[in-house]
Amino acid sequence: MKILVGEGSCGIAAGAGKVFSALKKALPENARLEITGCIGMCWLEPIVDIYIGNKLIERLVNVSPKDASLIAQAIKTNDFSVVSDLRISSSERGFYEKQTRIALRNCGVINPENIDDYIKNGGYESLKKVVLAMTAQEVLEEIKLSGLRGRGGAGFPTWFKWNAAKDAVGDERYLICNADEGDPGAFMDRAVIESDPHSLIEGMLIGAFVIGAKEAVVYIRAEYPLAIERLKTAIRQAKQRGFLGKNILGSDFSCLIRIKAGAGAFVCGEETALIESLEGNRGMPRIKPPFPAQSGYWRKPSNINNVETFANVPWILLHGGGKYSALGTEDGKGTKVFALTGKIKRGGLVEIPLGKTLREVIFEIGDGIRDNKKIKAVQLGGPSGGCIPESLFDTVIDYKSLSETGAIMGSGGMVVMDENTCMVNMAKFFLDFTAKESCGKCTHCRIGTKRILEILERITKGEGRLEDIDILKELCFAVKDGSLCGLGQTAPNPVLTTLNYFLDEYEAHIVDKKCPAGECIALRAYEIKPEKCTGCTLCAKKCPVNAISGKVKQTHIINQDLCIKCGECHSVCRFDAVKVR
Amino acid sequence: MFEKSETIDVSLIKDILEQYASQPGSLITILQKAQDIYGYLPEDVIYAISDKTGIPPAKIIGIATFYAQFRFTPIGKYLIMLCEGTACHVNGSKLILKAIHDKLGISDGETSEDGLFSLKTVACLGCCSLSPAMMINGETYGALTPEKVSVILEEIRSKGGD
Ligand SMILES: Cc1cc2nc3c(=O)[nH]c(=O)nc-3n(C[C@H](O)[C@H](O)[C@H](O)COP(=O)(O)O)c2cc1C
Ligand code: FES
Repeated sequence: MKILVGEGSCGIAAGAGKVFSALKKALPENARLEITGCIGMCWLEPIVDIYIGNKLIERLVNVSPKDASLIAQAIKTNDFSVVSDLRISSSERGFYEKQTRIALRNCGVINPENIDDYIKNGGYESLKKVVLAMTAQEVLEEIKLSGLRGRGGAGFPTWFKWNAAKDAVGDERYLICNADEGDPGAFMDRAVIESDPHSLIEGMLIGAFVIGAKEAVVYIRAEYPLAIERLKTAIRQAKQRGFLGKNILGSDFSCLIRIKAGAGAFVCGEETALIESLEGNRGMPRIKPPFPAQSGYWRKPSNINNVETFANVPWILLHGGGKYSALGTEDGKGTKVFALTGKIKRGGLVEIPLGKTLREVIFEIGDGIRDNKKIKAVQLGGPSGGCIPESLFDTVIDYKSLSETGAIMGSGGMVVMDENTCMVNMAKFFLDFTAKESCGKCTHCRIGTKRILEILERITKGEGRLEDIDILKELCFAVKDGSLCGLGQTAPNPVLTTLNYFLDEYEAHIVDKKCPAGECIALRAYEIKPEKCTGCTLCAKKCPVNAISGKVKQTHIINQDLCIKCGECHSVCRFDAVKVR
Repeated sequence: MFEKSETIDVSLIKDILEQYASQPGSLITILQKAQDIYGYLPEDVIYAISDKTGIPPAKIIGIATFYAQFRFTPIGKYLIMLCEGTACHVNGSKLILKAIHDKLGISDGETSEDGLFSLKTVACLGCCSLSPAMMINGETYGALTPEKVSVILEEIRSKGGD
């Protein structure tokens, strides 16, 4: 029997480390207690899985350290009825059953710090096959057959990029993994590295073999300390076993992998900016062409792929490109990982074959919205993407169908919003982000995003004018056209999609001076309900600007001219007598 | 932009410079390791890096200021990194920001008077499914509420002396 505790960053934040220590104390010394990575069911963390052989026999959820002794007893007597309260419910199990896990095949199943676990699950088999029995061209054909497209956002066919780097003129070549994961609201790549670092290493080595790179670099965000630690451990182990380094597995293929920590700049997710940063400079994008395949890191032919792209590669080589391309649609083959978050009931990590609809993911896997609220929209692709309204939830998830809505597939962030999320404020949120993160090279991106932000700020303060809508559109198209890199070219998307689908919300802010979602503070009004007010005077005492008047035991009144809308009266009232409009 | 208060022992980065100064493209790594030691990038350290690498100080500062990670003033013993990413935003990170402000009297980029806490807002900690989230000295806290934040900060403050 083996006991696994899910210790990805989310699990640890939910208290999995403490659960692990408590179990360690409660269980007999010879018990096989181990960590695993992200199981994907973040809303149920901490999770404890009990395996016999390769079979999961019990999944215990929302476990706390004080449950440890009961769990130990259950394990000892092999009678789990004593912990039946902790058992996952059958409806929650559906979250897993509706998925197809390829990139995440080992996540939450193996111990990410133990290379033997990876090897036992077929790990490094593909690498063996590739370096000992295949030519670069044959590997390339297999990747081409799989139809794999880049999972970092742009969705470029992977074989095409590898082929370009392979055929480029030059003596040295580099392979780079983009683990910068800049989309705020997404954590697919973190989960893969924390939970299954060897599949990234194996995928990278296969890529390096194809293009002929002897050196590979993983550029990873500094905000992911655990992922960096586990990747370091994995690299060390792979070296010891001869999967990495000189003459890999006795072949004449040699390759090293290094880790470079990013320093916090969204634009460094863009491939040429990333290369600048790797070279120790400010992360400002270069003009393309030449593309990195011709002139990249140190101006040598280079290939850059996303973490998830690489994680698919060993599976494809092991099972065949045809098996991968059998999944998905004409436009998008295989699977895609999404980080399902926001106001969703079951937030977590989800991998689905392309071709499912947004509705299936949000309602069947995610179980819909929390707190019986009304669902409003889903945001895909982060600052480069857009908001898709509920009316379009039957859209199929592939590159083309999502682009047609004005959003993008993106890297996998999927943030669900309910009726309390203001879409103008959402657009403002993203523009605030891109205006800060613009590297400043292109005038339109640097100043245009700022001007868009200023208009959105005005609108959310109730100072919008009707002509603002047209000015916004004009500015958006100017920024799209006038920017060199993807940051500026896509920064207006959150504004354009909300203007397209939620124009009524913009108009309510501008014309009626109201925020329908009730989120924009400046447009709120606080009033006291006479039928509920007991005249306790608490609100008047707490009001920081003395805007509330009234005698003891008489109804109080808020002076709207003085009110700063801080909400203090609303939060202190014990009789629910303050209403927000 | 620099704070000149204490004297800085630049010899602490000697080993780092020895290892990296001659490797092309390592400036960011050097700056990261220097910041790990001092908690920020003091002016004297920038000059020391410049001396050894031959990169002009102005260029080093140009690069350091480009990245959100680098600081030029000392920080408190505990660095609170509060997430303001999309998921956290949707789930009320603004309320958490206010709760921290109410409790410690600090806003983004500030350090509390007792020198114990500094606050920095960041784009995403990758714990989006437990949003709103924050990280304090490497430890992540999720599913925050204003009350929970208050308890966490109080706990840290009470053991703050050690
Ligand atoms: C502003 C900007 C940010 C980006 N951020 C990321 C990122 O965080 N991770 C990523 O893999 N790709 C990111 N990309 C896409 C990369 O430029 C590049 O297309 C990708 O890493 C290629 O890998 P793939 O073909 O495997 O998708 C970003 C692009 C832009 C324009
Ligand atoms: S959005 Fe806050 S952790 Fe990702």
